[in-house]
Amino acid sequence: MFKVISNEEIAPQLHRMVIEAPRIAKARKPGQFAIVRLRPGAERIPLTIADDDPVAGTITLIIQAVGYSTQEIVATKAGEYIQNIAGPLGMPTEIENWGKVICVGGGAGAAVLYPLAKALAQAGNELITIIGGRSAEYVILFDELAAFSKEAIATTEDGSMGEKGFVTGPLKRILDESTTKPHAVYAVGPVPMMRAVSELTRPYGVKTIVSLNPIMIDGTGMCGGCRVTVGGEVKFACVDGPEFDGHQVDYDELFARQNAYQELDEHGCRLDSVKV
Amino acid sequence: MTELTIKERMAIQRTTMPEQDPVERAQNFKEVNQGLPLEWAIQEAKRCLGCKKRPCVDGCPVNVHIPEFLDKLAEGDVAGAATILRVDNALPATTGRVCPQEMQCEGKCVRGKKGQPVAIGWLERFVADWAAENMEPDKAPAEQTGFRVAVIGSGPGGLTAAGELARAGHGVHVFEALHDTGGVLRYGIPEFRLPKRIVDQEVENLRSLGVEIECDVIVGRTLTLSEIRDDFDAVFVANGAGLPMFLNVPGENLKGVYSANEYLTRTNLMGAWTGDVTGTPIFRGRRVVVFGGGNVAMDSVRTAKRLGAERAIIAYRRGKEEMPARVEEVHHAEEEGIEFHLLVAPLEILEDDKGWVRAVRLQKMELGEPDASGRRRPVAVPGSEFELECDAVVVALGTVANPLLTNAEPDLKLDKWGNIIADESQATSLDGVFAGGDIVRGGATVILAMGDGKCAAQSIDEYLKGKTPKAAA
Repeated sequence: MFKVISNEEIAPQLHRMVIEAPRIAKARKPGQFAIVRLRPGAERIPLTIADDDPVAGTITLIIQAVGYSTQEIVATKAGEYIQNIAGPLGMPTEIENWGKVICVGGGAGAAVLYPLAKALAQAGNELITIIGGRSAEYVILFDELAAFSKEAIATTEDGSMGEKGFVTGPLKRILDESTTKPHAVYAVGPVPMMRAVSELTRPYGVKTIVSLNPIMIDGTGMCGGCRVTVGGEVKFACVDGPEFDGHQVDYDELFARQNAYQELDEHGCRLDSVKV
Repeated sequence: MTELTIKERMAIQRTTMPEQDPVERAQNFKEVNQGLPLEWAIQEAKRCLGCKKRPCVDGCPVNVHIPEFLDKLAEGDVAGAATILRVDNALPATTGRVCPQEMQCEGKCVRGKKGQPVAIGWLERFVADWAAENMEPDKAPAEQTGFRVAVIGSGPGGLTAAGELARAGHGVHVFEALHDTGGVLRYGIPEFRLPKRIVDQEVENLRSLGVEIECDVIVGRTLTLSEIRDDFDAVFVANGAGLPMFLNVPGENLKGVYSANEYLTRTNLMGAWTGDVTGTPIFRGRRVVVFGGGNVAMDSVRTAKRLGAERAIIAYRRGKEEMPARVEEVHHAEEEGIEFHLLVAPLEILEDDKGWVRAVRLQKMELGEPDASGRRRPVAVPGSEFELECDAVVVALGTVANPLLTNAEPDLKLDKWGNIIADESQATSLDGVFAGGDIVRGGATVILAMGDGKCAAQSIDEYLKGKTPKAAA
């Protein structure tokens, strides 16, 4: 049982939860995730560990309540318990002082980006951060990210905050205008956004790292549900990832697999069922 | 000894097992075998000739004292039989259900030479189930050694080792990566073959022996083996099977393609079969093709049927004789209307216009010369390709080693497949670290993992002799 220390809604349907998990807090590195199962009978949900406090023995999860299970998790109040949290899982981000890096986050992806960006900044990298959202309220962690970025840009589709448009707008401008090529672009967000960023950076020859969140069950390599094709090879996001070379990822396949269960009715049957 | 002559014993026919009706059971997840009534079990036990050579005991990976427990049972002393059984077997209710008896104890039984062997598996199950209802579980021995042993994994290997070590008076702490105990007994083997109340019971028996079990600890991630070695006097690594193997054919990542691990884990561990819409979903295919011929393939295809598939099909590249599955499972599958497409190999999984599986393209095979495994090698028949319509595919081809624990431990010696190298005492290259089950064997059976667990427990007991417990130092 894992005690919830605090739970606040930082954007619509987006919660920051601090949870007691001393072993995970001690072992966790940026880029890793945990599997959360709220109660007996609930799904196992992979969630990025946004931060840790090994002294207090806590981890921070930033959770977008998009489906039944995540809504149930964010409804857990401070002082209540989560049945199971297992982690840290996945390969940690490779952190070095690369020089200049660009961090791009879309929607709740900013929460996954946050620990990477923080670690990259602490290692001495010069960060340019671009955070996008549908409107101002969906641009999350902007101030936190701006605090350790040399430059921080917000974009919104409705122009309610920062530049009107998508993250690719300022990213293209920066790539065109900068005199020194950035070492890498880290992009985390919805699949179409990561694909768009990767397509944009490809002609510039800038290494682009994306963090993927396919469906998984155990998170330890056992089920293979999280398999993704990267550079023509099948990889398991839970043990080989979750970060991969954005220029090599088969996004069509990823997108299709992520949405498979939304195409089923409540009996687990396909709505356009085949004839037998 | 009951007063029966050899001739009288020989005259008794092997019992049958009461089973759920095939048509009915193919639509539920309740156990197929219903268990023997007491009188039948006693009568069956009387078939044992009590022969001097005891080949059945040699055939058993944990060397259960079979003639002795059968003798007690034949006398009607079920408690006496259970006491004997418990000495050698930490999980008798499980092995009585899932062991390949025809290749082990029953395969060696002299009565099998002329007729049918004694139904040792069914009797083991009978005695274990009776004990669970009528006897108190064993308690931890009064005298404790003060040593603490860590067991990594609560599957059959880990549970067996934990039981043996606890009986020897050692403190035992089990680390389990998943949220529940039992390993493959819970996530892999379906309810209709091994009800989860049996696993709960076996785990309760261990808790009563003083074994502590902690879930949600992934060794290699949450804790490293080195950290555990610092805190414990010895370690047994039995973290089980790893990453599922796939077919390496086009279309394998289409929607509707599962590894058997995922298919069974969703169904068994996560309870998708209950249909609870707030829990883990599963795609219920109407026509499901399962690739493979082992027990996991049988479990998958029979699960597909129970999840509502109108046609559930095994596609296997060799013949029926070459299938590694337990004979009883193949027989039960046939009774339940599972279709067998033998001597076919997959070429491609084909998609519909929405990215779901619509068919598999197969090639017919014929059997050629025996290969390294002694089984006849399947050879493709040119020009024999054909399509089989289906909307779900399950791949049950086995697994490769899980790297999470071993990657974090560079000094632990591995073989070229990434499995831990252990000697005949289950000792690894690291002092005080023993290993067994699938992480050493690369994929075997419940009972072989249990055999390793038992052997490792004995080796650990030996290893600790003359040492001082860390806690006391």
